[in-house]
Amino acid sequence: MIMPRLPSLPSFVGGEDPGPSFTALLAAAGHRLDGLAGVDRDLPAVAHATTVVALRHRDGVVMAGDRRATAGNLISHRTIEKVYPAGRHAGVAIAGAAGPSMEMVRLFQLQLEHYEKVEGQPLSLEGQANQLSQMVRANFASALRGLVVVPLFAGWDERCGCGRLFQYDVTGGRYEEQDFAAGGSGSLHAGTVVKLGFRPGLPPADAVDLAVSALFEAADEDAATGGPDLVRGIFPVVANIDADGYQRLDDATVEARFRALLAPADGLADAPSDGPAGAPAGRSADAPTEAVPDDAA
Amino acid sequence: MNMPFYVAPEQIMKDRADYARKGIARGKSLVAVTYRDGVLLCAENVSNTLRKVSEIYDRIAFAGVGKYNEFDQLRIAGVRHADLKGYAYSRSDVEARSLANHYAQILGQIFTHEMKPMEVEILVAELGEAPGNEQLFHILYDGTVNDESLWSVLGGEAEAISERLGDSHDPGAGIGAALAAAVGALAGPERTLVADDLEVATLDATLGRRCFRRLPAAEVDRLLDAAS
Repeated sequence: MIMPRLPSLPSFVGGEDPGPSFTALLAAAGHRLDGLAGVDRDLPAVAHATTVVALRHRDGVVMAGDRRATAGNLISHRTIEKVYPAGRHAGVAIAGAAGPSMEMVRLFQLQLEHYEKVEGQPLSLEGQANQLSQMVRANFASALRGLVVVPLFAGWDERCGCGRLFQYDVTGGRYEEQDFAAGGSGSLHAGTVVKLGFRPGLPPADAVDLAVSALFEAADEDAATGGPDLVRGIFPVVANIDADGYQRLDDATVEARFRALLAPADGLADAPSDGPAGAPAGRSADAPTEAVPDDAA
Repeated sequence: MNMPFYVAPEQIMKDRADYARKGIARGKSLVAVTYRDGVLLCAENVSNTLRKVSEIYDRIAFAGVGKYNEFDQLRIAGVRHADLKGYAYSRSDVEARSLANHYAQILGQIFTHEMKPMEVEILVAELGEAPGNEQLFHILYDGTVNDESLWSVLGGEAEAISERLGDSHDPGAGIGAALAAAVGALAGPERTLVADDLEVATLDATLGRRCFRRLPAAEVDRLLDAAS
């Protein structure tokens, strides 16, 4: 029986059926997704999100991102989030134009959940990474006008039983990284810190500390990256992803990791450190591993 | 020229209803019961892959009995409706009542206007914001909606099963007792059902955003053993 068009629920006949894809469903239902494709070259300053890092550890991956968005030379938001869950066992971290990035994350999350519900089983991690690649590529026309979105994607691959991470470029190019990846304006500094402190099979808690110190160093050198804001109580978003799924660390845990990081330099722990002045001594990347309970992650 | 025979509208409707009821009665039944943490959905289903119970949205589940391809189309339309609505407005604007109304319209429309009615009975279950506010919308092949609050039974033997559930149902029960009551009512006095005959899922308010969870066969076995 060919089902007649349902009068009040989305229904499609034959070749029009969008299948398990939510973006195809949106298009079929008449939503326009390319609203930014026709924008002029002279855009007003839009908010940009910066510095995110992701690294593999013994049991999965850690992702972290600072909280600052900038528009030109101004700080436009102090508390935006750049690390989001995607599916049950993965996360996506964004750098680039904040508005399109957050919309892309929202669509990506829906795409994964929609697929899982329609098909009855989740998309593989590889499939998820490819989906994101297509979404980044679809944004290319906007990227040429300055609305760049370059995410990091990381997750626990149940098929291989390991954490995996992927980096993207504006064309949708998808690059799987073995150890770590960094994105955004502070990525040079953040990436270097992770590179120096990284070793295979890091315990999760050490990976969290390494990500936290990478963001701290990036904030130290890059005006567009926000450091831990002890005055306002704003801390980077840090998430751990392992076989149990995506788990965002609570602010108290992240604050404790920052205070431990700063502790060797007496007195600095209590100082406002939004744009930290003197570099605290003894906070080399792999130093703050002592007294880190493994369950901190 | 052949003139079509006159058939009274009452007769047409009756024939269609009989046709749909027969189709539904051929399949196995399904029950949904409220319990302490939400709603437990339990279907007699020997297939491990063709699902009768599934997730629509964060706090909404779908269940269907009758012809698989027909209720599965309804399920997918429901998922699409919910996800589109949640995207266009907000996740909290997606609710079972509106979805149940859409289903009722569709089933009513098809029942009166198409050659063949849908041989399905479906259930849209939703967890309320507060415990005890669960809603079960039971929708029949002709678009009739029943709003039930404690339990709901779908399928051919609904009356007998419902009677048995009336004796054993306790909305404050834990998941084990709720499952035992549901399975006991489905099986009746003469049969015993084991995990392999069942498809069990819950809408569990303790799970966070996405409340739908399937219970694997091993867990169903364990719960049934513990309850007996």
